[in-house]
Amino acid sequence: MATPSPGASGHSPAPGAAAAEEARPYTLVAELTYRCPLACVYCSNPSDFYRHRPELDTAQWLDVITAAEALGVVQLNLSGGEPLLRDDLEQLVSCAERLQLYTNLITSGLPLVRSRLADLRDAGLANVQLSIQDVTREGSERISGKVSFEHKLQVARWVKELRLPLTLNFVLHRDNLAHVPEMIALAESLEADRLELANTQYLGWALHNRAALLPSAEQLQVAREHAAAARRRTKGKMEVLFVTPDYYAERPRPCMDGWGRRFMLVSPTGLVLPCHLAHTLPGLEWWSVRDAPLTSIWQHSPGLQAFRGEAWMPEPCRSCERRGVDFGGCRCQAYHLTGNAAHTDPACALSPHHELIVLARRSGQTPGPPVPLRYRRKGSETRT
Amino acid sequence: MIDLQERPVLAAKARLRKDARSGRYLLLYPERGMELNATGVEIVRLCNGQSTVGEIVDTLARRYASAPSGLIESEVLSFLGALEDRALLARDGHP
Repeated sequence: MATPSPGASGHSPAPGAAAAEEARPYTLVAELTYRCPLACVYCSNPSDFYRHRPELDTAQWLDVITAAEALGVVQLNLSGGEPLLRDDLEQLVSCAERLQLYTNLITSGLPLVRSRLADLRDAGLANVQLSIQDVTREGSERISGKVSFEHKLQVARWVKELRLPLTLNFVLHRDNLAHVPEMIALAESLEADRLELANTQYLGWALHNRAALLPSAEQLQVAREHAAAARRRTKGKMEVLFVTPDYYAERPRPCMDGWGRRFMLVSPTGLVLPCHLAHTLPGLEWWSVRDAPLTSIWQHSPGLQAFRGEAWMPEPCRSCERRGVDFGGCRCQAYHLTGNAAHTDPACALSPHHELIVLARRSGQTPGPPVPLRYRRKGSETRT
Repeated sequence: MIDLQERPVLAAKARLRKDARSGRYLLLYPERGMELNATGVEIVRLCNGQSTVGEIVDTLARRYASAPSGLIESEVLSFLGALEDRALLARDGHP
């Protein structure tokens, strides 16, 4: 009998295989819009999100989803901004269902009524990933700039009533890391199938707000231990994921599983990207689904080719035995901290620029006076 | 550890599909997927809330009659354990 071994999760091949293998997108992240009712201080959208117009129309998104499946995509993340603001979401989910894609709605839960959620389920939605900012109304409002907590709990209950799988996503930072036990209790009481306790990564809006959000090593360690205990206790019922911030990792995160390798992201205007923020890097040319077929873009886009494989790598990445594991880390982080996207991610302890991370950590260890938060709003990205 | 009398059922969040490119089956769940071999697919399809683990073992033992005694049971249990670790199994017919 052949061994029914399940194989590694995450579709990842063996370390060191990055250069030779063919880039195949398994996941399409469809950022349907940058519009959002919330204004979270760590939003992963670009600072100038309001300039990215016009959005792709329904027919264009249907073409993108169909072409992505033909390229090998099996997972579809409907994301944003807030994807519920698109009134064609049901059509997109139906199309994905016909193509047997695993469709995950990544949402704030606003604006949503129960009947629409039922329609999305009937159209074939596979999973709902609901973001909650904190365990109280006040804590959530402080981060998102809007009262939304009670409505989110209601949405979570609808998801379970409709027998849809529920992922709860909490983004962690200095002000809510101490609430991790309550987050776990809330997720259990809502019967979540998966709990993501994901620390803020300091890019985009979160980088603007780093001084207010970066935690201490001790805070992280306590929260990590709570998450590990919950993982043991809820095994078999609820998956518990804890994501460390890059700033406290000794080796970089394998950002997007490598540039233009396993993930394809399409921006609201149709740019085909390797990640949420690549189009904010200077000097890279991005192609749009308005101008070329997706297959051709995936293979030949100069931006996607720029950091694929290992040819671009400087030392210490080039000769590092982990280069096929972490792919040199995050290009956006390298650019925003060192000014050059082709540098080793400074989160790596081997980076010649790692001191930048060490200095930032000190501010997390000994926070100064309270820093005003910059909310994700037009104009506030330039405030000093 | 899963018991031979239990009736496992695939969790609602997991979906099985054939990968058009490789011809192999993928078990998909949020943010992840795993590639299954033919036996893995058979086991997953038998996680229907009707069959007990013991019956799943018997079904596969009939199909692979030449396999050494005990091997099939241990492999089925280890595969189901791997699914359980990922919270991909519910029990007693409630996905």
